Amino acid sequence: MFENFSLFKRTSELESKIDQFFEKLAEASVIYRLAVRGYLREGASEEFKERLDTVGELETQADSLRRDIEQKLYKNILIPDSRGDVLGLIETADDVLTLFQSSLWAFYIEKPVIHDQFANGFKRLTNMVIKAVDELALSCHAFFRNPHAVPAHNAKVTLYEKEADKVSSELKVQIFESKIKLVEKLHLRDFVNGIDGIADHAEDVADRLSIYAIKRLT
Amino acid sequence: MIDPIILLFLSSGLFLGWALGANDAANVFGTAVGTRMVSWRNAAIICSIFVILGAVISGAGTSQTLGKLGAITALPGAFMTALSAGFSVFVMTKSGLPVSTSQAIVGAIIGWNFFSNQATDTSTLAKILSTWIICPLLAAVIAIVILKLSKYFGRKMNLSLIRLDAYKRIALIFAGALGAYSLGANNIANVIGVFIPVQPLAELKIGSFSFSSTQQLFLLGGLAIALGVCTYSKKVMLTLGSDLGQLSSTSALVAVISHSIVLFLFASQGLEALLSRYGLPTIPLVPVSSSQAVVGAIFGISILQGITAVKWNVLGKIIAGWVVTPIFAGIVCFIGLFFLQNVFRLIVI
Repeated sequence: MFENFSLFKRTSELESKIDQFFEKLAEASVIYRLAVRGYLREGASEEFKERLDTVGELETQADSLRRDIEQKLYKNILIPDSRGDVLGLIETADDVLTLFQSSLWAFYIEKPVIHDQFANGFKRLTNMVIKAVDELALSCHAFFRNPHAVPAHNAKVTLYEKEADKVSSELKVQIFESKIKLVEKLHLRDFVNGIDGIADHAEDVADRLSIYAIKRLT
Repeated sequence: MIDPIILLFLSSGLFLGWALGANDAANVFGTAVGTRMVSWRNAAIICSIFVILGAVISGAGTSQTLGKLGAITALPGAFMTALSAGFSVFVMTKSGLPVSTSQAIVGAIIGWNFFSNQATDTSTLAKILSTWIICPLLAAVIAIVILKLSKYFGRKMNLSLIRLDAYKRIALIFAGALGAYSLGANNIANVIGVFIPVQPLAELKIGSFSFSSTQQLFLLGGLAIALGVCTYSKKVMLTLGSDLGQLSSTSALVAVISHSIVLFLFASQGLEALLSRYGLPTIPLVPVSSSQAVVGAIFGISILQGITAVKWNVLGKIIAGWVVTPIFAGIVCFIGLFFLQNVFRLIVI
């Protein structure tokens, strides 16, 4: 009985940690966009490396928050009905951060040559991916506070993911119709797929979230 | 100090109390403990305290109703009445019928009436029988209203999942406490109601306080229920569980609250006085089945969630229980009284 006196303190702590986790996701998405735009402008510059490091730090912080949330949920036996769903959501959302980081590392290590003619396509693709992830972060936030709003956010995630697929296909057509070397074409294709893959994963997380939200609403 | 012979005769009622605590505590705290939202230890402490409080403070109303049905005047007779009710509950449970202690005790009292050639008060009997049907129906209606209100306010308040969980825990504890109080108030009549007219215990004086036989019986019955809660309810809550086990935590909470309100309505003398003061129809103070109140509440929730398929086998078993349990208990009581009177030469009427 007495543990309930500290119940609201534990609840507030957990709420704050979950909020912080999704803030890291939204923050990483902004930095990722800036990093890719910076790369298109100046290549793997010092500034790009700083942004890569920032995304890495955000990913580490998110990992630590995830572990903390998991521990709090299990140790204090909180939300027994939805605990599995919340952990599944946080773990898959954490993968988005990992994908951001690995995509930027690939830019830094492999230093793909992106010709000016493709720069706009990469920008558009990154924008769509970032919009999908931002909408996903809003959807995740809504799941905890207002599950009725989740379908609307998820519909936008799907919309941006489809748009990202369309832009990536157009970009790949443009790359393979260009006069650059085949090896460069193949290299750029991998980067297009890598960036587009983030939106695909965001959609997968949104699909899970839809089911979790339905479970909460019934 | 209670005379050991009196205690021996009271043992059948106390056993009924123990069984009630062991089984029906799952209707009150089963969800909270089963989902690990409240620890069994805390649930048992809260349940025991409130069951005793309910029995001692509000147990008189339902006991008086049972007294009107048949005022048993000899202690061995009361012993056999409670024993036959307990035996019937045991046999019916083994046969898989959703048996109720309330229905068994009513049958046993009628058995005593037959044996002692006392006329059964038909208006009281009709009042009791009507509550068997009204209880699950009322629980269903209350559950629908509460679920609708909780959904409406849930949307308005827009609570986060984590905060909602905290509120649910607190609500489960309050609902459990109310449920335990109501269980004690409503079902104490089943446990010691038949012993009250006999007045087996001498008045107990502690300082300037004096406790009548009835008050001591209520306390003993409450303690017996609490003992059942503390010694055996954990197994029932964690392994057997109850029908609540398959519900979402919100639905289960609604079912527990509805069950608690129904039991309280059928036990509250204060509410009865208030209704009659304003010339409104009163709710009869009758011991009702805790499990059937829960089944009724779940039925109401299912209707609201669009599950219209009625489980006819469950309904059939409940109706069969209404008929078979009291008849069986009545026959067992009649035979048992015959043996006590003619074989053991005890005064039973």
